[in-house]
Amino acid sequence: MPSLGADMDAGTLVEWHVKPGDVVKRGDVVAVVETDKGLVEVEIWEGGVVEALVVKPGTKVPVGTVLATTRTTEAPSEARVQASPAARQLARERGVDLAGIRGTGPHGAITRDDVEKAVRPAAAAAPAPAPAPAPRPPPAPAPPPAAAPGIDAAGMRRAIAAAMARSKREIPHYYLSLDVDVGPASTWLETENARRPVTERVLFAAVLLKATALAAREVPEMNGFFVEGAFRPAAEVHLGVAISLRQGGLVAPAIHDSDRKSLVEIQAELKDLVARVRAGRLRSSEMTDPTLTVTNLGDQGAASVFGVIYPPQVALVGFGRALERPWASGGMLGVRPVITATLSADHRASDGHRGGIFLATLARRLQKPEEL
Amino acid sequence: MSPKKSRPEIREAIVGALCSVAPEADPATLDPKQPLREQLDLDSMDFLNFAVALHAALGVDVPERDYPKIATLDGSIDYVSAKLAGA
Repeated sequence: MPSLGADMDAGTLVEWHVKPGDVVKRGDVVAVVETDKGLVEVEIWEGGVVEALVVKPGTKVPVGTVLATTRTTEAPSEARVQASPAARQLARERGVDLAGIRGTGPHGAITRDDVEKAVRPAAAAAPAPAPAPAPRPPPAPAPPPAAAPGIDAAGMRRAIAAAMARSKREIPHYYLSLDVDVGPASTWLETENARRPVTERVLFAAVLLKATALAAREVPEMNGFFVEGAFRPAAEVHLGVAISLRQGGLVAPAIHDSDRKSLVEIQAELKDLVARVRAGRLRSSEMTDPTLTVTNLGDQGAASVFGVIYPPQVALVGFGRALERPWASGGMLGVRPVITATLSADHRASDGHRGGIFLATLARRLQKPEEL
Repeated sequence: MSPKKSRPEIREAIVGALCSVAPEADPATLDPKQPLREQLDLDSMDFLNFAVALHAALGVDVPERDYPKIATLDGSIDYVSAKLAGA
C-alpha cells in the first residue's frame, strides 16, 4: 500500500487492473486504492511479471503492506550488472546504462553514489544549482487526493488541515508579489484561439503554467523539496496544479515535465486532470510528484493569492484575476490587463533575492508568449 | 446544424450541455437571467467545455469574444437561436 501523503496510514484496495502472469511496465496502473479522501490509481514503479495478488479487493490495509508480488524481466545485460535498487532506479531516471559504470560497493556492486558520479559531468555543464538534484520526491503530504463521488468531504478537509498546519508550523514562508502586464500574452492567445476550432482552444491558465515552468527551470531554488534538513532541487519541473472541487476541498496533481511541453499539450493535460479530479481518478504519481505548485484564483475574482506551501515542496506560485489597470510604460500612461503574480517560498531553501528574480523571470516569459 | 429547432428545443440542448459540464446542476433552479458561472460555480475550463458541448450538440461555434453573450441561460438561447437562424 503506497503512501499517498504523510497523513495517510491506511488504504482500501478497491480493484485490481492486473492478474497473475501479466507483464507490467513502469508507470502502468495496476490497482485502484481508496483512502478516506478519494480514489487513486496506483502505478507500478518496477516493470516485471505479476506473480501474486496478495491483497483482495475490499480489504483495508496499512501503508507499507505488500499488495502484490512481481518478478523482474530485466534485459540480460542489465540483469548481469550488480547494483543496488537505489542505483538502478537513479540510473533509469537519468537514462544511464549501468553496464558503463564501475561499481565501488561490496563485490563491485554499483552504488547510488557511483551513478551520481557518472552523471555529474553532464550536469555540471548546465547552469545547475549547487546541491545534487533530488532523485525522487518523498511522499508529498499536502495535495489531498481526489474527492470521488460519495467521498467523505470531512476526511478531505481533515487532510488539508493537517498538511497546511504542518506547512505553517515547519516552513518559514516569505511572500513576494509582482504586477504583470499580460496584454501581450492575452492578445497573442486571442489571435491563436480565433483560428483554432473550439476543441483545440488554449486557456490562459495554460499560458501561466508554461511561463511558471520555464521560470522554475531558470531559477531552480523554487523547484524541489526540503528533506532531511536540506534543499534538494528537482531535476524535472512537475507543476502541481491546484484544482478545486465543487463540493469543497482541493487537490494539486502534477503535470509532468511542464517546462518541456507545448501549450497545447499542457492544455490537454490540464483538461484531463480536471476531468479526472472530479471523477476521482487520479494516479499515484500525480499525487506525489509535484515539484512546485501553482494556484490560480482568477476565476473566483481574487485579485491575488498568497498560498501555503505544500511540504516538502519549497514554493507556491499564485495568480489572481486579470484586471484592467492604469499602466505606465515608456513615459506613457495607458490601460492594460494586469495580473498579480505571487510567490510563497521557503526561506530555508531560498532568499527573497532569488524569489524576486523568479517572479521577474516569470513576467519576462509572459512578455513573449510566442516563445512559450 | 439545424435551423428548424424551436426555442424550447434550443433551451433543452443548452441545458443538456450545461449538465454535461456540471452534472450536479439542477436545471430547475437556474435563473435564466443570472450569470451561469456564478450559479453553477463554473471556472474557465468548465466554460470552455460548455462551448465545446454547445458545438457538439447544436453545431454552433462560439468564439471567445462572444463568451459574454452566452453568460446567462437566456443569453445563450438568444445567441444560439440567432446563429441557427443565420444572423
